[in-house]
Amino acid sequence: MSCASGRPWWPVPEISLLLPSVLQPLAGGQSVLTAPADGPVTVAALLDAVASDYPVLARRLRDETGALRRFVNIYVDGDEVRRLQGLDTEVLPGQEVLVIQSVAGG
Amino acid sequence: MVRMATAAESFVLAIGTKKGLWLATSRDRQEWSLTGPHFLMAEIPSIGIDTREGRTRILVGVRSPHWGPTVAHSDDFGATWTEPEQGAIKFPVDTGAALERVWQIYPDAESRPGVVWAGAEPISVWKSTDGGEHFELNRGLWDHPHRSEWGAGYGGAAAHSIVVNPAGETVHVAMSTGGVYRSLDGGTSWEARNKGISAYFMPDPNPEFGQCVHKIAADAVVEGRLYAQNHHGVYRTDDNADSWNSIAEGLPADFGFVMLTHPRRDGTAWVVPLKADGERIPPDGKLAVHRTDDAGNTWKCLSSGLPEHEYNSVLRDAASVDTAEPAGVYFGTRGGTVYASADEGETFKEVASHLPDVLCVRAALVASA
Repeated sequence: MSCASGRPWWPVPEISLLLPSVLQPLAGGQSVLTAPADGPVTVAALLDAVASDYPVLARRLRDETGALRRFVNIYVDGDEVRRLQGLDTEVLPGQEVLVIQSVAGG
Repeated sequence: MVRMATAAESFVLAIGTKKGLWLATSRDRQEWSLTGPHFLMAEIPSIGIDTREGRTRILVGVRSPHWGPTVAHSDDFGATWTEPEQGAIKFPVDTGAALERVWQIYPDAESRPGVVWAGAEPISVWKSTDGGEHFELNRGLWDHPHRSEWGAGYGGAAAHSIVVNPAGETVHVAMSTGGVYRSLDGGTSWEARNKGISAYFMPDPNPEFGQCVHKIAADAVVEGRLYAQNHHGVYRTDDNADSWNSIAEGLPADFGFVMLTHPRRDGTAWVVPLKADGERIPPDGKLAVHRTDDAGNTWKCLSSGLPEHEYNSVLRDAASVDTAEPAGVYFGTRGGTVYASADEGETFKEVASHLPDVLCVRAALVASA
């Protein structure tokens, strides 16, 4: 995952990961992380990329077994991944992945 | 006698609640200044105040219902917090387990600087040798053959009490449910040590293990003497947990969660009785701390300064002592009120109220905060 620096001049397909405000401090204040992608990648692979750059952020989303935390919801173009193929859901270049915390709480 | 902090000292009281951490400081344990919340909306079920190595490190177990558990520490009284990037406590891949909650953070003895123990859910014990920045799973307990038969208390299946003999290699752990386990070799191997502790809720009320011990604490002086507050039952052992005997006589109830011992004096311990398993309130709604000064043979009811009516319970780690003379006694309720005593429980004074449920308190006399 990266910011705008180091990109080639020609358009590179990207996948965008949109973060809720509460997690943005763990991504250097960014609300959107982008990953170059020239083909489909799984949500798990996308989160692996997050983990290499922002390990604390990654631990907020998944536990050490790799499972998505119970009250973290991830949407791919509007569909919650648990209703798709979970973390094996494929994301296509140009698609947006949205992280939202569940409304659970007391 | 009131023990004042010197010009270079402060009393620090860390209050972990269901929705964040508050830090209180005082010169005299009478008037407190409160800051917080830190970690707003995350529960703080465990705190360790490590005053070794010439600094004060506050370690906290943090658990967000959304973002999971972690351990953080501050060396500047909460001005900044540090969280190791990869996590201080992380189950090895081969276990297939994931950390749910850190229930206990226990700095070891002065003679073992840097060593910090942790108890966690799922039932596990961890040891750090770098001041609590990275912990290693205790494999002896994790691979224990009893593991498949350990159960979960209402709050989860956790190792919630760790008592380390400062002079030797003996470690006691208590878990709910599983009971007391003892290691004589620094944690390499573990044996169940529950003889005499009732498990009335099981078909065999006197099993080798499976007891729901709520808290254990070691006597400050007498080697091999520990105290236990059980899920009904208050006990003492004088033989390093080989056998336990009831010391509940004289208490208004034998249920409760708290067990504290004096930092220096033998025979002194405190409990906070609750009426019963099915009625988890102070007996008759009258909140009181009970102290023994003769190892549980007699108990003294201490309620000066406490409210006339209180229907909230006090959880197992929501009580603490400091190391001053006389010792300070502290506790918080699930109703969010925190009390401090500067005279070993003879009188209490409110430190804070209307906080979220208090899960954990820890206090210490430290170099100025």
